[in-house]
Amino acid sequence: MIPAAFDYVRASSAEEAISLIGQYGDEAKFLAGGHSLIPLMKLRLAQPTVLIDIGRVSDLSYIRDAGEHIAIGALTRHMDVENSSVLREHVPLLAHATSHVGDPQVRHRGTIGGSLAHADPASDLPATTLALGATYVVTGPNGSREVAAADFYQGYLTSTLAADEMLTEIRVPKMKGAGWSFQKFNRRAQDWAIVGVAAWRRGNESGVGLVNMSSVPVLATSVSAALASGASIDDAAAQAADEADPQADLNASVEYRQHLARVLTRRALTDASS
Amino acid sequence: MTMTDQPTGVLGSRMLRREDPALLTGEARYTADIAVPGALHLALVRSPYARAKIVSIDTSAAAAMPGVRAVYTGAELADMWAGPMPCAWPVTEDMKNPTHFPLAVSQANYVGDGVACVIAETAEAARDAVEAVMVEYQPLEAVVDLEDALSDRVVIHDEIGTNRSYTWDLKIEDTEGACDAAFAAAAYKVKERYIQQRLIPAAMEPRAVLAVPQPFGGDMTLYSATQVPHILKVMTALTLGIPEHQLRVIAPAVGGGFGSKLNVYAEELLCVGLARRHGVAVRWTETRSEGCQATIHGRGQIQDIELAADADGRLTGLRVRLIGDMGAYLQLVTPGVPLLGAFLYAGVYELPKAFDFSCTSVFTNMTPTDAYRGAGRPEATYAIERAMDSLAYQIGIDPLELRRRNFIPVDKFPYEAYTGLVYDSGNHDGAATLAADMVGYDELRARQAQQNVPGSTKRLGIGLSTYFEMCGLAPSRVLASLNYGAGGWEAATVRVLPTNKVQVVTGTSPHGQGHETAWSMIVAEKLGISPDDVDVLHSDTAIAPLGLDTYGSRSLSVGGVAIAMTCDKVIDKARQIAAHLLEANPDDLEFTGGEFRVAGSPDRTMPLAAIAFEAFTAHNLPDGMEPNLEAHTTYDPPNFSWPFGTHICVVEVDTETGEVEVIKYVAVDDCGNQVNPLIVDGQVHGGVIQGLAQALFEEAVYDADGNLRTSTLAEYLVPAASDVPPVITGHTVTPSPTNQLGVKGVGEAGTIAATPAVINAVVDALSGLGVRNVPMPASPNTVWSIINAAQGGSQ
Amino acid sequence: MEITVTINGKAHTADVEPRQLLVQFIRETVGLTGTNIGCDTSSCGACSIHLDGEAVKSCTLLAVQADGHSVTTIEGMASADGTLHPMQQAFMENHGLQCGYCTPGMVMAATSLLKENPNPTEEEVRIGLEGNLCRCTGYHNIVQSVLACAKG
Repeated sequence: MIPAAFDYVRASSAEEAISLIGQYGDEAKFLAGGHSLIPLMKLRLAQPTVLIDIGRVSDLSYIRDAGEHIAIGALTRHMDVENSSVLREHVPLLAHATSHVGDPQVRHRGTIGGSLAHADPASDLPATTLALGATYVVTGPNGSREVAAADFYQGYLTSTLAADEMLTEIRVPKMKGAGWSFQKFNRRAQDWAIVGVAAWRRGNESGVGLVNMSSVPVLATSVSAALASGASIDDAAAQAADEADPQADLNASVEYRQHLARVLTRRALTDASS
Repeated sequence: MTMTDQPTGVLGSRMLRREDPALLTGEARYTADIAVPGALHLALVRSPYARAKIVSIDTSAAAAMPGVRAVYTGAELADMWAGPMPCAWPVTEDMKNPTHFPLAVSQANYVGDGVACVIAETAEAARDAVEAVMVEYQPLEAVVDLEDALSDRVVIHDEIGTNRSYTWDLKIEDTEGACDAAFAAAAYKVKERYIQQRLIPAAMEPRAVLAVPQPFGGDMTLYSATQVPHILKVMTALTLGIPEHQLRVIAPAVGGGFGSKLNVYAEELLCVGLARRHGVAVRWTETRSEGCQATIHGRGQIQDIELAADADGRLTGLRVRLIGDMGAYLQLVTPGVPLLGAFLYAGVYELPKAFDFSCTSVFTNMTPTDAYRGAGRPEATYAIERAMDSLAYQIGIDPLELRRRNFIPVDKFPYEAYTGLVYDSGNHDGAATLAADMVGYDELRARQAQQNVPGSTKRLGIGLSTYFEMCGLAPSRVLASLNYGAGGWEAATVRVLPTNKVQVVTGTSPHGQGHETAWSMIVAEKLGISPDDVDVLHSDTAIAPLGLDTYGSRSLSVGGVAIAMTCDKVIDKARQIAAHLLEANPDDLEFTGGEFRVAGSPDRTMPLAAIAFEAFTAHNLPDGMEPNLEAHTTYDPPNFSWPFGTHICVVEVDTETGEVEVIKYVAVDDCGNQVNPLIVDGQVHGGVIQGLAQALFEEAVYDADGNLRTSTLAEYLVPAASDVPPVITGHTVTPSPTNQLGVKGVGEAGTIAATPAVINAVVDALSGLGVRNVPMPASPNTVWSIINAAQGGSQ
Repeated sequence: MEITVTINGKAHTADVEPRQLLVQFIRETVGLTGTNIGCDTSSCGACSIHLDGEAVKSCTLLAVQADGHSVTTIEGMASADGTLHPMQQAFMENHGLQCGYCTPGMVMAATSLLKENPNPTEEEVRIGLEGNLCRCTGYHNIVQSVLACAKG
């Protein structure tokens, strides 16, 4: 219930945050909404020695129409993503998936960047942005770089973010009228998905992201390839677990997760195609 | 006055709760809310191993940390205890009860077992110091499987030489061989094994303790989030060897219990002992992870049940073998829990004296079990109600029809059952008929026939459960016959103050039930005054010194009835005073609407207010009468009370994902006369969802090494509003003839009825796929696997 | 570090350890004990308060994160004259509480919910309260309370 002691510093801008993390190094952690980190600290499963609070970096909270894509500041709260008219119009899948993150109290505090940078494969947003072909903007001491969502996730809770970098913006291509569906399967609404599927489809093009089906969020490329070559939804969905490597846990065996991925993908594609 | 018919005045009205404003505004004080400047904070070092020798403990680094007052190992505190932790229910003469101290001395026996403790100036310092206590353990093989434990392959407690705590048989006189004969002659036989998974009670308020010593004289006040301040006082005095009269126990606002706070816990004893030793207040507040590990668990049984029935499906014999999971030690009433169910295995059905029951209970390297909402009775009801569905399937008749054939007929009450216990009143067909009508049973069956066709992936299931609850614990002589260590009475005092306001002192100890509201309604009805003029005092042993507390749905049918009886004594005394003042014969006085009037002379009246003041001044009382208008009762009930009902659950099972959706839930409960239907419905709602949670969501999961894998509320799935259905309630009213209020009890009914109703519905939905049983919790993965197995088996 | 948090309209300044949780600040430093703690994983919602008008779980914020912000706790809901907030009144009239431990968090979550969705369906109320656990009521009357409050 009580975290181990740590030092606390506050950044007022992205530049200051990066300068601070450079100064403190590996032992420091960014604190955005804190809804991934603080529970781990309370159970003393995480014991950073320094927290750099970026919650006051107001210039990273925005949702902008940038032409071909929507640019979302990393510190934009889930509730603002969920309710954004821009996103509801151009990237409805992301707005909708975000409404399934945690619970309302969590969505009032948690941020899209915090959720993505935490790189939890059981979170809804990594797989959703992956399905949507998003690009993340990562900023470090030497400036910014762009990383495709597909290249960002390296392993369980691990990404290509260097110790002195922070995620600053998420660029999500407009869906341009694509059909979409988000299927979140869990036992309690507030929990992480046992399996989740974020899918969109526009003619022969599609994207299918899988939640909690591997140590990283999974892009079900076989499904999209099958659809592109004219396969039926049923046949394409049968390949949903091909790229996955799920683990067993209290709620699901490996086989059950694979089965759920196929069933939910079929349902998602059916929704997205109607 | 008589109240054997549902009354129409204050009693029976949906009065809003007087408890609510304080709870709604944050004004109510739970134990952790009570600020005591200078109080030290206790924190425990808990074993990370399910079974391990404690080789050594180095407390020096922890003791040197800032703010730390002291660090103790179990061995260092050995002289603080006059005896081990109490178990008040030695169910057999030869029951094995391993020595259990608040801190383990040489061996830890479950993950969470305390091995050392810290007291420090702040909670933070105490928590930090816990991490600095260096314990060297020698891990030993742990036992988590009940049948493995029974084999004694690994014996947990060397001192008792076996994992078997006891074997208890329910013997019915002069019936030897009757059960075997019934099975030999049976037209139908059912033999099933059911697993009652372990549950974590998870009251929303974690446990909390605050022991405050008085600076002089040796008095001690213990605040605790407990259901049982009176029992706790006795046991704390005995275990610590301190004078009981110098110990005051207060249960302030208590945030739910469900049996988990019906206990005497290590932390309560440690706080009192260390507060005495250091002469300073000591407090402890449980974290949720500690609560999952070190507050008692519920259920934990393997049930083997066999039914014998005649050609019409009428029960002719019943055989039950239980294995009870005690966990690592016996807590306050751990061994008695399976016994409470023993009397309910035939449910609401007529059974000849052909009953064979035996329970063997074993130790395991898991958290101790004890009473959890229903305590033995949900388990028993689950077994018989599931088995009745199996019997109906075997015979090929509707489960409701089978139940109707077996119900004890309404004209046979009071009914002496096969166990010798007498069921006070019942109308099972009435409750079942109402429930069937409310749910639309016949239409649902028709819809089911259309929906559950081959290839359908959304299957409709309808599950029934009919139940009897044995509550109102209890006639003290019956408890004696079960070797229970206390009686079953309850105490009440009713005191009419000089200004005609009334103080009620009750020995019950509410923690969410609304006793203040309900008891004030009883007094208002009896004395003809406003409930607003009644104050209800409770849960403080200095104010309510006599009581046996709140558990087992006993409070209304024992404690509430005691209050009504006490009101009668007050009225009797008032009648003598009124007669004296009116110069009338007491027998000619009628008491209605809060005043006495002389029969036949409507103008000759005497209000209770005037009598109260006369009793106070004592200027003009009948010769020899003591002043003041007050009375006391200690009521020992003549019988248990027997609420009953029928619940019907309707589910849709998605056979592709295994997901169970409860689409309708109807609960018809008969708890006799209702003091406050608002509260009755609330108890049913909560009980049903708790029972449903056992069926679909909850399980304390241990791995093979004895690690609890569900040690937070993120893993232990207490469902939220979004995960459960509304509960449609209905009632029949069959008053109990054994008490003047005609009441029974309703605190556990929902939990008892719901679990089998839900699982019966799930099995019913999947019946066409060859599924005959679904283990609990019926998680999507489990249901999916069961369907696969059944389908594979039929190919 | 020194922080100032406005709670129920009153500014509270204190020197706090960075690791102090907002719920500890509210309960221990300021002494408002109506906000309860029920878990350590952000699961139960008993500690829900309003931060700048929105429901959050005060066990999952550091007190330093609330520096300069405005908090409303259950103690700030009723009027000064003792009149209950309409949501509190609805809980009372619909028996939406038993032991009361989850109740402050439920009331805070429910008022935040109605602010964002003034006319919810029963389903929306249930989903909207997904972050708050109750062990006594089975949620039935909590949902009825929120619906009744929405209807006014």
